[in-house]
Amino acid sequence: MSAKPERDALIAGVGQSAIGRRLFRTDLDLTCEAALAAIADAGLKPDDIDGIACYPGPIAAPSGFAGPGVYDVQDALGVDLRWHLSGGEGPAQISPIIHAALAVAAGLCRHALVYRTVTEATAAADTGRLGIGAGAAEIRGFTAYLIPFGAMSAANWLALYARRHMHEYGTTRRHLGLIATTARRHAGLNPQAVYRQPMTMDDYLAARMISEPFGLYDCDVPVDGSTAVIVSSAAVGRDLPHPPVRFEAFGTAIRARPSWDQWGDLTTMAARDAAAQMWSRTALTPADVDTAQLYDGFSFLTLAWIEALGFCARGEGGPFLEGGRIDLGGALPLNTWGGQLSGGRLHGFGFVAEAVRQLRGACGDRQVAECEVAVVGVGGGPVAGCMLLTR
Amino acid sequence: MSLFFRPPPALEPYSEAFWRACRAGRLEMARCTPCGWFIHPGRPICPRCRGRDLAPAPLSGRARLYSHTVNHQAWFPGQAVPYVIGLVELVEQRGLRLTTNIVHCPPDRLAIDMPLRVTFEIVNDDIALPLFEPADPA
Repeated sequence: MSAKPERDALIAGVGQSAIGRRLFRTDLDLTCEAALAAIADAGLKPDDIDGIACYPGPIAAPSGFAGPGVYDVQDALGVDLRWHLSGGEGPAQISPIIHAALAVAAGLCRHALVYRTVTEATAAADTGRLGIGAGAAEIRGFTAYLIPFGAMSAANWLALYARRHMHEYGTTRRHLGLIATTARRHAGLNPQAVYRQPMTMDDYLAARMISEPFGLYDCDVPVDGSTAVIVSSAAVGRDLPHPPVRFEAFGTAIRARPSWDQWGDLTTMAARDAAAQMWSRTALTPADVDTAQLYDGFSFLTLAWIEALGFCARGEGGPFLEGGRIDLGGALPLNTWGGQLSGGRLHGFGFVAEAVRQLRGACGDRQVAECEVAVVGVGGGPVAGCMLLTR
Repeated sequence: MSLFFRPPPALEPYSEAFWRACRAGRLEMARCTPCGWFIHPGRPICPRCRGRDLAPAPLSGRARLYSHTVNHQAWFPGQAVPYVIGLVELVEQRGLRLTTNIVHCPPDRLAIDMPLRVTFEIVNDDIALPLFEPADPA
């Protein structure tokens, strides 16, 4: 492995299944569709795949969240593996992409299929959207200190972060609304996005409240869908049908208590630590970034990522969003596929797919001009992972 | 304001003492005997001095409001909304917090840093939840 293992791997292919509300298809079916698309996109055959990884794998979780595990996908595709991994702990949902790159760099495998699959829309078809722990006889683990108080959703946990940021820095609902309305505008240019009809600031402000200061359009939209990427050895770069996307730097750090409510300073997130580590591993700077694909499970998370990555000073994320800066054509085109707020909650991997396509110049009406550097930041609260990608 | 409709916490190795003390009307947390650090949620070791000599110790029940949210979404059918979720910082130690409900306080009176005091909501024979209310009368 070289001194900078990021450079020993690359993203050779990307593929997605159908994405939508209530597709009534199985998670394994969607995953196979995305996997075959990604393998073909990389110019490979299924038998070339010798590594598989995913987030989170088979864990206890609400229906529709986890997706199929690595062994089900290996068995379905009928491939032999030299490396495999899944897990719910790590640098956010892109953890298996980062670890696949390290496995490739270490020579454990050559072409790793990495996927994230959700069927949260179909899962909620019969019950409506339930809170975490709803219907449980008793609550175990860290959520025992949250759920009995009705803090039954990450919406509640992160609303506390947003409120504190508003208190310390004067951030407003309108600032958060700029993230949501910009994402919607971008989604209008993405045929795969779930919500594409125009949304004004007034529409945003008039939506029903979920957990103050979050209204309905501050929260991402559950969907069914699978995203797969192929992480390959950098040695294959010349043979690919599409321009390879290279890993410039990873960020995986967490430097405060790994807890939603005991995290030290709620105006920042683990994003702060992951971002600092990422910049320490590259000569590039925030000024070099052509597009930012930043997690928006809730609108505020994107603002926190913008500050964490140093696009503006701490506390200045709200004003930074003003004046069209995050629009296509602005200084920092943000979540150009519509994000999870309008594109659909693909749980981190939608941002990766978009970054790859932007760097390839394959985004059509929503293409960022001369896109050479993209940053992907995923996670919220005490969970964060990020990576800088180049073409 | 009844909270009985919500799932209760389980009694687990490092949480049982906390919930049982609340049921007895006392706010207590594990504390490192040599260095005095409060540890919540409970652990078998002090994260500051790595000492292993921990024992439950009382807290005053006084706190300040670190952040808050009014929850409007029913997370299961029939759940009564809205209600106030607060994140409070206990006066004994910076960063020592509880996620809780703020009660006896209309939402428009909520203010970050407002002084609060603990009150207990009985769940069952073993467990009560520590809730917080304004320390100063309205």
